[in-house]
This record gives sequence, structure tokens and C-alpha cells, in this order.
Amino acid sequence: MHEGGSPSPIVRPAIKPPLWLLAELTYACPLQCAYCSNPVDFNGHGKTMDTETWLRVLRDARSMGALQLGLSGGEPLVRQDLETLVAESTRLGYYSNLITSGIGMDAARARSLKAAGLDHIQVSFQSSEANQNDEIAGMRAYAHKLDMARAVKAAGFPMVLCFVLHRDNLHRLREMLDLAIELEADYVELATTQYYGWALLNRDRLLPTLEQVREAEGVANEYQARLKGKMDIYFVVPDYYEKRPKPCMNGWGSVFLLVTPDGTALPCHAARQLPGFEFPNVQISSVREIWQASDAFNRFRGFGWMKEPCLSCPEKEKDFGGCRCQAFQFTGDAAATDPVCDKSPLRHLVDDAVASARSTTVEKPIIFRNPKNSDRHAKKPAVVASPQ
Amino acid sequence: MSEAPGKKVEYATDYKPLHEGPLKLARGHRIQYETVQGCDVLLYPEGVVQLSESAAMILKTVDGQRSAAAIAAALMAQFPEAGDISGDVRSFLEVAHARGWIA
Repeated sequence: MHEGGSPSPIVRPAIKPPLWLLAELTYACPLQCAYCSNPVDFNGHGKTMDTETWLRVLRDARSMGALQLGLSGGEPLVRQDLETLVAESTRLGYYSNLITSGIGMDAARARSLKAAGLDHIQVSFQSSEANQNDEIAGMRAYAHKLDMARAVKAAGFPMVLCFVLHRDNLHRLREMLDLAIELEADYVELATTQYYGWALLNRDRLLPTLEQVREAEGVANEYQARLKGKMDIYFVVPDYYEKRPKPCMNGWGSVFLLVTPDGTALPCHAARQLPGFEFPNVQISSVREIWQASDAFNRFRGFGWMKEPCLSCPEKEKDFGGCRCQAFQFTGDAAATDPVCDKSPLRHLVDDAVASARSTTVEKPIIFRNPKNSDRHAKKPAVVASPQ
Repeated sequence: MSEAPGKKVEYATDYKPLHEGPLKLARGHRIQYETVQGCDVLLYPEGVVQLSESAAMILKTVDGQRSAAAIAAALMAQFPEAGDISGDVRSFLEVAHARGWIA
């Protein structure tokens, strides 16, 4: 193991191969969910990669040992070559997970994905109630989603239903779980909104109150007890209400590799916002080179980069100091302790965010995730005055 | 990540007691050998578990036909030098069942 106090740059923990490859195949998406984890400035990113390049990424990551493949976006069903990518991932021996809103699916496509060897489909819902679902999604989607969830089961896939939870829909948790039972979900993820990307932009409107969270926890526990052995239910409390940070990504550059539509390789969904990084691109460097040798993936590996209170904390091997992006978003320093931790001297910043959300009324408009809003809300690079 | 059937795993198995009928790998679960990791792994939706040699051996005997008792008997016939391992095999199958790996 790496010794925190050792100054030697040679003593490094062995770099284990990535286990997870998350392929964000496109930022195109028919939905406009205001809690999307995609970066706010997605519309200004580079060109979406073609089939051949993605096939090479799949092969390279698999040869390093990657096992779980997430096919995500945007909406991955937008890509007409999805079946080709799935067929190759089957040949390579990945366990393939399609993460979809269900829009772009029909019963025939579910069957053709099954024939290509796709292992599992996760269908997301915005709510258990049609109007609210469609309001959050920014389009009429609910009825189609129900049909598609049934088609996914009919095609023989194990199905995870994912409900993204926030202030406006948390009170419907009971209905959501009843819907999951009706649709015969194998697993239910009650995915509390995490505040990155679009969700951060809309945080004041989306963050639930502590009372809401506690009530929802009670409901989740009740259903977990009732459905033990039949349906697995995962519920995670929003980390703003925790006293210790999440072990984000199980450690930076530890198991998770994300490739964006334009080929940028990231250690997590939100890392692209961090200043002082040059994130590598799979069109320029090999996946192996990126994972093992790039500055970006090595920056927060091990414990040598940590500051106090993390550095001397016995829990650092459990939570790795929390989330680098959350540290940056709150403190401006990506190497700081995640301020969710109550040992952080800046914990009050999280409490301030909770208070700010509490005092925000439902009248505050929600900013939907779409290309127009992406252009409008992207942080512009600082304008340098040029001599006239 | 890795599970060893030899050591006692702290996991509640009472809520989903192992049945005496034929056992199969749960839907969406599969086992494959990984050269990079040098071991068998169990794969399922969004998850992976590295298996010890004995765990892999037991799970590979789960074939949709044999019951827990028949699995233990088959393994003991295969490895007579191991002695009476039926208790260990059963405890592992109990945990595997409670975790939803087998049904």
C-alpha cells in the first residue's frame, strides 16, 4: 500500500485495471430532465464519435480487464449503430447494461438488442404520475415508458427501474414502488438526485427538505421489508444530509472510466468542469495510456494529494476524502475535503445550500436540459481585452 | 468484492431461506473466467463479484437441476479428499441465495 507520508514518487500503489466502462454514446436526448448529470455546456462539445472509434474503445478497455459496460448518453437508443456496439461487447465478454429513458425503443428493438446479446436494461422514470413525469421530462413520455418497461420484460431482460428523486416527486415514493411491483422490476433504484451538471444549476428547486428525506426513508424501509427476497430496493439519502462523504467512484481512477461522446476520458461524470486539467481523448491516446499514465487519471490516486483533515483521518481509506467535483463546486479547490464531511471546516457551505433550497419556492423556474439552455448557461471563457 | 465460502460471511440469510428444490443462477447472472484478474467472476446487472476458487466451483455446480444437497454430494464425489464439506457448501449456498445470485 502507498504510505501517506512517503515523499517518494516511486512508491505508488499498483494501478488496478478499470472494471467499469461507461460509454456516453451521444448527448442527444429527446428528454429535457432538469437533473441530468451531463455537463451544462454539452452543446459546445466536440463531434460525437463514429462506430469504428467506439468499437476500438470497447476492445481496448476490455483487453485491460473492464467487465461492466454501461451504454448511456444522452439517450443511447438515438444511435442507430447501438446493436453493432452491443454485438461487439457481447463478443468481447462484457456484461452490457443499457441505461435508457425508453424513448426510441419498441418491442422489435428490444428483441433485436436481446439477439445482439445485451445483458440488462435500466429504464428511468421521472415520476409515477403521468403528468408530473411528462412535465419533468419536458415531453409526453410516460405512457410510452410503461409500454417499453413491459416490452423489456417480455424480451426476457432483467430490468432495473430507476426513479430519480427530488423535492417535487419524493412524496410519490409509495406510488413509484407500487408501479415497480406492477411492472415486475427485478431491482429498483431510488436515485436521489446528485447535484452536478444540470441538477446543480437547478439545486435550489430540486433539493428536498430533511423532513421529506426522512419520510421517504421510512417508506423505502417499509417496502424493503415487505419485498425482501422478491425485489431489491436501493435508496440512498442525498449526501448533503449525511455527515460523511460518499466514497465517490470508489476512488478516483480506481474502477471507473467514462468516455464522453467526443472521446474525452474522465474519471467521473462531472470531472470535466475541474480547472487545471487536460483530460485525455481516446481518439489521440490509447485507453491503456490514459488509464495508467495520464496526469488526469493519476492526480487523485492514492492519498498523497490529500490535505487536512483528510490526510490524517483514519476514514480516508473508506471514503477517499469524498467527491473531488463536489469539493471543487463548494470550495473552488478539487483537492479539499468534500465539505459534506462534518470534519470539513467548510461544512457550513453545504448547510447554506440546504437553507437556500429551503427558502426557494416552487415559483422559481426550472431550467430544462436542452441545447438552447446549454448555450445560454454554459460558463463562457473569460474575455481577454484585445488591444485595439 | 471477493467472497470465500470457507470463512463465515456475516450476512442475514433468514429472510430468504434456501429451498430444497433445484437451484439455478438468478436471471441476468453469469460466471466467466477473467485472465486479467486470474479468477472467475460473477456478473449481474451493474455488478461484479470476484469469486474464490471454491466459490466458483460451487456456483458452477448450480445447474438448474440439482438441489443444495445434490450439489454438495456432487462436489464431495468430485473431491473425496476434502472430507465432509456439506455444511460449508450449504452455508455458501444460503448466502448466495440471500444475495440473489441463485434462485
